Amino acid sequence: MKHTIFALVENRPGVLARISGLFSARAFNIDSLAVGETHDPTISRMTIIVDAKDERILEQIKKQLHKLIDVISVEDLTKKGFFERELVLIKVDSSSCSKQKLHKLTDKFSAKVLSYEGKKAVIEAVGDKDEISALLAALGGMKICELVRTGRVAIAK
Amino acid sequence: MEKKNGAQILIESLLKEGVRVVFGFPGGSVLPLFDALYDAPLDFVLVRHEQGAAHAADGYARATGKVGVCIATSGPGATNLVTGLATAHMDSIPMVAITGQVKTFLIGNDAFQEADVTGITRPITKHNYLVKDISELACTIKEAFHIASTGRPGPVVIDVPVDVQMQLAEFNYPHTVCIRSYQPTLEGHPGQIKKAAKLINQSKRPIIYAGGGVIISGASEELLELAIKVQAPVTTTLMGLGGFPEDNDLSLGMLGMHGTVYANHAVMESDLIIAIGARFDDRVTGKIDEFAPHAKIIHIDIDPTAISKNVHVHVPIVGDVKNVLVKLNRLVKAGQTKEWLERIREWKRRYPLTYKDKGDKITPQYAVEQIYKATKGDAIICTEVGQNQMWAAQYYTYTKPRTFISSGGLGTMGYGFPAAIGAKIGRPDKVVFDIAGDGSIQMNIQELATAIASKINVKVAILNNGYLGMVRQWQELFYKKRYSHTKLLNPDFVKLAESYGALGLRVEKKQDVEKAIEEAIAAPNVVFIDFVVEEEENVFPMVPAGEAINRMIGGMA
Repeated sequence: MKHTIFALVENRPGVLARISGLFSARAFNIDSLAVGETHDPTISRMTIIVDAKDERILEQIKKQLHKLIDVISVEDLTKKGFFERELVLIKVDSSSCSKQKLHKLTDKFSAKVLSYEGKKAVIEAVGDKDEISALLAALGGMKICELVRTGRVAIAK
Repeated sequence: MEKKNGAQILIESLLKEGVRVVFGFPGGSVLPLFDALYDAPLDFVLVRHEQGAAHAADGYARATGKVGVCIATSGPGATNLVTGLATAHMDSIPMVAITGQVKTFLIGNDAFQEADVTGITRPITKHNYLVKDISELACTIKEAFHIASTGRPGPVVIDVPVDVQMQLAEFNYPHTVCIRSYQPTLEGHPGQIKKAAKLINQSKRPIIYAGGGVIISGASEELLELAIKVQAPVTTTLMGLGGFPEDNDLSLGMLGMHGTVYANHAVMESDLIIAIGARFDDRVTGKIDEFAPHAKIIHIDIDPTAISKNVHVHVPIVGDVKNVLVKLNRLVKAGQTKEWLERIREWKRRYPLTYKDKGDKITPQYAVEQIYKATKGDAIICTEVGQNQMWAAQYYTYTKPRTFISSGGLGTMGYGFPAAIGAKIGRPDKVVFDIAGDGSIQMNIQELATAIASKINVKVAILNNGYLGMVRQWQELFYKKRYSHTKLLNPDFVKLAESYGALGLRVEKKQDVEKAIEEAIAAPNVVFIDFVVEEEENVFPMVPAGEAINRMIGGMA
């Protein structure tokens, strides 16, 4: 089962390596990991989507994370109400799709067309996992040339 | 205020931390540090290989409970510490390792003798630091000692570039340390302790399973009090040996793969396991699905990650073992365990820990028993890893904490001899033995020069069977006696000892064992005793890997 957890960590060099090292050393699976500074510049916040096959493993992941000296706190958002968002940039081969048609499509997903030049268009989309999946499915007719995603970030309601 | 350079700050900080002994080896990136050591009021023990420094610092820490300190240069010096750090990490040993690093501006350039030491040691230390700014040096050392010695202890590495060792700064050593992200839980939750007491008071067949946490926490007395009050038998892990007096009637010795038959039976039949400072390692539990099928489990440990990692725990108590036991002891009542203890006594009678006498030939078990007799159980016993380690665990009776020093988690061959050197420096009043195998002793044999040069009077008892015995045993039992690369062609250990300036004794007959041990103990210098023992003796009883722990081979006759 997927769990959305976040960790507040010291904003210091090497902390990300400690966390990614922990996940690989203990054979925990990460679906997504996003890191950035918080309003307190000494603290970074990591949103981690983990795949834990049972409660025991989830508990271990949380406890092992918390055991790292640079980790200040760990919280599981899964059982609480929370917002989850990811930003995706997609470059598509738009030769088969007019600019107007593309705008119509992206509007449905609150996505934006950042550029439409020659045969390529760049689309920006923000949403939760399902919204992004739905957009990608809707773009299915077009060839995706490049796709980049930030990883999901989440916050409790 | 007068300014000091980084190297001087480092040494002054060590002194502020109460460090009196440092183990190490010099090199290019620690030259300023060694210059400061030249007239520092510290005992410096020059090892012959950095691995020896790490194990010696570890042995010192285990024997004394203080933080062990070692120093190595950058690159190969630091990478040579790696096995020692991993050993200390697995067994929760407080250590601070200081490594030199190439100059700050060269880091990342593949400079001469450069290695990414914080990267390499990250998964095998409790924490590590690269100090790039002289202003952070003193507080980093303060933090390092705090982290190494509190909570679940462990090794901490401080990597210090050589230019930082030369920079000048005012020296202000912080009095206190506060790390917002590191606040170990020491007090057990009162509600959980109450729950545990209730389970204990209801139990008819309780067993205490005590690990190294009892020793680290200094809780042996509290453990004894609990056991006596509740009338619960006590089995210890390898790391827990000495945490409970094995000459007490309630002691079942060690459990697990090479534990006693009665300890393993008791665990499997018990209705309540009180796990104290232990972590349900696979060498203890055997086949996990069949482990202690009738038992509820109480688990007291300072490390939350140790709880419910391998087995489901009914009453977890996170906290310092001593702290928790003091409170628990107030709540438990005299146990009604007479029948249970009688059953255990019957197992003890029926399946004692025993071995066959081989006439004139020396059995390794006999040699270990004689060391116990000669030292009256008052020595510090270090071990290597393999058969020697298991026989040392089984046939010496441990009654006091910090008297059994062995690489439990990592199982590091070559650990015992340098650890013995460290232990002897920490406890000069004690006779210190390294019970070794002919294979293991050669993994850090160079430290003989260290012991001689620094006049560290340790005794090494080599149980010489001409094999890598434990591997040979597995090959005998599980690989049709195909002894693939386990037969050793050994040096003459007597001559070898003598060439370093140590006393070498060879013993080939059982009747000469006692005398040789007496002679070794009386000798004023380092002694190697080469016990030529029965070649194909096995460690029994034994739980084959992956079996339930009551399915033991050997020792059931």
